Amino acid sequence: MTDQAYNFAYLDEQTKRMIRRALLKAVAIPGYQVPFASREMPMPYGWGTGGVQVTAACLTPDDVLKVIDQGADDTTNAVSIRKFFQRTAGVEVTQSTALASVIQTRHRIPETALSAGQILVYQVPIPEPLRFLEPRETETRKMHELEEYGLMHVKLYEDIARHGQIATSYAYPVKVEGRYVMDPSPIPKFDNPKLSGSAALQLFGAGREQRIYALPPFTDVVSLDFDDHPFTPTKANHDCDLCGASASYLDEVIIDDQGSRMFVCSDTDFCETRREMGHVGRLGTPSNKGAQA
Amino acid sequence: MTLISTIAADRPLLHVDNLTKSYGGRVGCADVGFDLWPGEVLGIVGESGSGKSTLLSCLAGHMAPDQGTVVFETASGPRDVLSLSEPERRRLARTDWAYVHQNPRDGLRMGVSAGGNVGERLMAVGARHYGQIREKASDWLGRVEIDTGRIDDRPSAFSGGMQQRLQIARNLVTGPRLVFMDEPTGGLDVSVQARLLDLLRGLVRQMGLSVIIVTHDLAVVRLLADRLMVMKSGRVVEQGLTDQVLDDPQHAYTQLLVSSVLQV
Ligand SMILES: Nc1ncnc2c1ncn2[C@@H]1O[C@H](COP(=O)(O)OP(=O)(O)OP(=O)(O)O)[C@@H](O)[C@H]1O
Ligand SMILES: [Mg+2]
Ligand SMILES: [Zn+2]
Repeated sequence: MTDQAYNFAYLDEQTKRMIRRALLKAVAIPGYQVPFASREMPMPYGWGTGGVQVTAACLTPDDVLKVIDQGADDTTNAVSIRKFFQRTAGVEVTQSTALASVIQTRHRIPETALSAGQILVYQVPIPEPLRFLEPRETETRKMHELEEYGLMHVKLYEDIARHGQIATSYAYPVKVEGRYVMDPSPIPKFDNPKLSGSAALQLFGAGREQRIYALPPFTDVVSLDFDDHPFTPTKANHDCDLCGASASYLDEVIIDDQGSRMFVCSDTDFCETRREMGHVGRLGTPSNKGAQA
Repeated sequence: MTLISTIAADRPLLHVDNLTKSYGGRVGCADVGFDLWPGEVLGIVGESGSGKSTLLSCLAGHMAPDQGTVVFETASGPRDVLSLSEPERRRLARTDWAYVHQNPRDGLRMGVSAGGNVGERLMAVGARHYGQIREKASDWLGRVEIDTGRIDDRPSAFSGGMQQRLQIARNLVTGPRLVFMDEPTGGLDVSVQARLLDLLRGLVRQMGLSVIIVTHDLAVVRLLADRLMVMKSGRVVEQGLTDQVLDDPQHAYTQLLVSSVLQV
């Protein structure tokens, strides 16, 4: 049921036009942070108001929306955002990556390869990759303008000096089309390769920091590294205990008072789809739906 | 080709003419002109407020002068520094030029290890091999007499003298063609100053550095500078070979300076 007290997808048309203009600019300059006038949303900033505003500006009544948080559709954050758009836009929702036309995400890229026509919207807490070493906004803007990115490697240098390897495992910095250095939001670096050459349109929204940036389909995205410390997209060295997947990103879960652990796909839709297809992991049982199908 | 390179060798590294900068109605520096030749160390002395830092900032492009000319001999010929675009000037600042601040905190990244501080300029010009960057940083720590075992410590854990030596290493690691220094020994204990001076003199000689150094301290210029410029109220009152100016000062103000009557 659409709540008639609100405009379609909550934001008024003028605000959506303003956000769409920022999105168009962002798509035209891949990896470049476009300022936009972020609006108050009926949820706290930590809940991804940047992503919510981008999603609101992209949604049409025909869209099918999926919302994930750390790969899962059923966390509080994902459920509230999904409900929010069901109520304010009346759009169809889904948990299936393949069936969704718009996917809003926090901290993950779905395992299932995205296809042309899909839009992936990222919630971004801190859009500025240079912030860590250079707190002055005027200076970081100048550094982007002049492609002065030596500092990004100073950060990676510090990592190796301190930990013997590049220890950055989330929000791992990338260079877009050989030009802008970009923070891919706190996705695990395991997901970085999926940023590059994706058939989907990828949009990034930072609400508190009022920035939007984008990767149009088939954009070249390279993770920064050193010649002698090349980028490696690591994950836990296990198979999924439920579906047996060997190449999906895993969460470690404690399953009893003795501290026994299991590894499961962080992408719940991916895991369930595999189980429905009959794949079974070390601790898994064949899926009911799978048995019926 | 031969002709051009002969001419290039005959040109100063830095040519400065009629450089003037005022702050509202107050004179910062006025009508300053000089040539700096490759491999030369030019000392700038004068009492507090005489315009030394203003001049250095204008030369290094940190501040825009009201009038004047600054021509720098780049590897590909002379360039009017004041008409460079900002990207060009910033590129020059991280390649051909180096700037040593009086306060090491202004010239170091306090949140980054000593090795990262030295390596930054290398990475800024494209170095992408961690092992080589680290080796070079370690070598430079040694050259400025910092125990290479401290390579992963942050400068905040260093003494003032060590911080200043680290700042020097960070600046010299890419072999700059022109080094600006503003009171590099200021704010340090006398014994620490002496050691730093000694080190600087060694580096200047080994590397054949071209340096413009601003200081209150006549002992610093006597030890380091080939030539000397004496400033008063924003103007150059006397310039010449260091020994000549110090041993036989012509201007009354220089005579006062040298006889230490003036507290500089
Ligand atoms: N930002 C500023 N605004 C206004 N006046 C300034 C500014 N900076 C310097 N001045 C003035 O310009 C003159 C030259 O100052 P400058 O700092 O260049 O002298 P200095 O020789 O470096 O002195 P010191 O030895 O104390 O460092 C002084 O009269 C000073 O008060
Ligand atoms: Mg000064
Ligand atoms: Zn699984």
